[in-house]
Amino acid sequence: MIRSLPSSPSYRIGYSVYVFLFFMFLVMPLVTISVLAFNDSDFISLPWNGFTLDWFFSATDEREGLFADDGLITSIYVSISTGLIVAAMSTVVGTIAALLFEEEEFRLKGLLYFLALTPLVIPGVILGISILLTATAAGNYIEDTFGADIELFRPSYWLVILGQFSFGATYVMLLVSARLKKFDRTLEEAALSLKATRLEAILYVTIPFLRPAIIGAFVVAFILSFSNINTTIFLIGSDPTLPIDLYSRIRFSSTPVLNAVSFLVVLVISFLAILNFFVSGKKQPS
Amino acid sequence: MKNRTGFNVTFYLLIVPVLIWLITLIVIPHAELFLSSFLVEDDLGDMIFSFGNYIQFFNQKIYWLTFVKTASYAIGVTILAFVIAFPIAFYLTKVTSKKNARFLILLLLIPLWVGELVTVYGWMILLGDNGIINHFLMFIGIINEPVNMLYTDFSMVVGLLYMSMIFMVIPVMSALESMDDSLIEAACDLGASKWAIFTKIIIPYSMPGITSGAIIVFMLVIGDYLAPNLLGGKSSLWFTEQIYNKFLSTFNWNEGAAFGFLLLMLSSGIIWIALKLSGQKLEKVGS
Repeated sequence: MIRSLPSSPSYRIGYSVYVFLFFMFLVMPLVTISVLAFNDSDFISLPWNGFTLDWFFSATDEREGLFADDGLITSIYVSISTGLIVAAMSTVVGTIAALLFEEEEFRLKGLLYFLALTPLVIPGVILGISILLTATAAGNYIEDTFGADIELFRPSYWLVILGQFSFGATYVMLLVSARLKKFDRTLEEAALSLKATRLEAILYVTIPFLRPAIIGAFVVAFILSFSNINTTIFLIGSDPTLPIDLYSRIRFSSTPVLNAVSFLVVLVISFLAILNFFVSGKKQPS
Repeated sequence: MKNRTGFNVTFYLLIVPVLIWLITLIVIPHAELFLSSFLVEDDLGDMIFSFGNYIQFFNQKIYWLTFVKTASYAIGVTILAFVIAFPIAFYLTKVTSKKNARFLILLLLIPLWVGELVTVYGWMILLGDNGIINHFLMFIGIINEPVNMLYTDFSMVVGLLYMSMIFMVIPVMSALESMDDSLIEAACDLGASKWAIFTKIIIPYSMPGITSGAIIVFMLVIGDYLAPNLLGGKSSLWFTEQIYNKFLSTFNWNEGAAFGFLLLMLSSGIIWIALKLSGQKLEKVGS
């Protein structure tokens, strides 16, 4: 049953087969997409017509490869820049929140901590529509009162960033808190007794200790932003992120160029996952 | 004294950004969602207070039927995710070597990080009439013509399970990790059957992890849009699709807000019941 106990061969084999099937189920969609990205066919499915790189590099009218498709390149760029900004904001505020909730005592701490956790259990759709409603109401109010039209309050690039940041900070907070719990508080006290201010103690003692968790959390926040669709779809303006662009393409016309993009995403994410795995040195939730 | 003031400045430096985040992006938007769900346009085009949006929900059968269907499917998928994921979590923590487990956990995380859209697209290719699975089944001769799998409730459930089950594996794993193997060894020495060990020791011990997992899976499934929309058939309406339509097709935002608020009530209600039944706190779910 467990490592130290003997078990019957049929039980062991049955269990291994189950685990094998589970991981097959897990990788099947990704492998399929990746393989078909190189299929020399105009349709996204079988049969296999031979190997081609057309769906990456071709620039003819019949076959517009990924790197010739300006729309796709733009949405990839939008996704990356959105992801970097969201990750930076989430990392700063999430780390601050972790320090606040782990190290300070104040009134209403329980309530604030509860609020900080709610994005974990609020469906992304709800976050999207409530931020959309609020931004629009605020935008209308400002336009009526001051006659100014502010882009942030309309569905736009920056509103997407705010929407994704609203839950990104929560994940960063949890990842950084987990490491902060292992922090030896006497190190900070030592710094304080050596006449460091508390802020200096945090900046020069605590933050360096947290660095692996902070880097890991940055990567997680980037990935959350990069793959998000539930919240983003309500806040998107004129420049779609990659998932939104792919979503509208899938609904209307699918060509293997979608596989080519997906393959790139799988490649980059796998690389980031492995990187994060070694940097943080331990598994990360979500 | 100097230290004392320094302490306070730091405290404000920490609390102000957090307050701005939580008030502007969590508290106010949800208050706004709640308030605008009670507004309807009257004959003069002014917004007035009314329960009309909610009355509309109960009057139109399609709305509350979708609501009930979404809730019951989400509960079903959560149970399925538990059944499928529990042996995997157990395998990764207690059966296989640490080194294997590390590799397999990485494998588990990749589909999650690649994002739902790409994996849903993968399932569309796999399950289609002309898809890989039908090709394979016909090739080995189990079936003679393609089985219709895509655009059914089946494909929708596959997609929902696929994107959510990892959130059952991880919390259960962290519960099982802290479990002392000698509990199982002792039970085994005393002659307990596998089933007894499973139901009397392993399940109760991992209950906090199971609750966390179930809450997150349920929330993700109930709030999911892509799997029902791209993998589900015409009849597999999901409540998020209704909200989406209200916001982006018919532009009746106030009714959409009411629907959103109902979805929020449903998810918080079920999560609250789950926490009460298991005696856990939300604070534990996060960790």
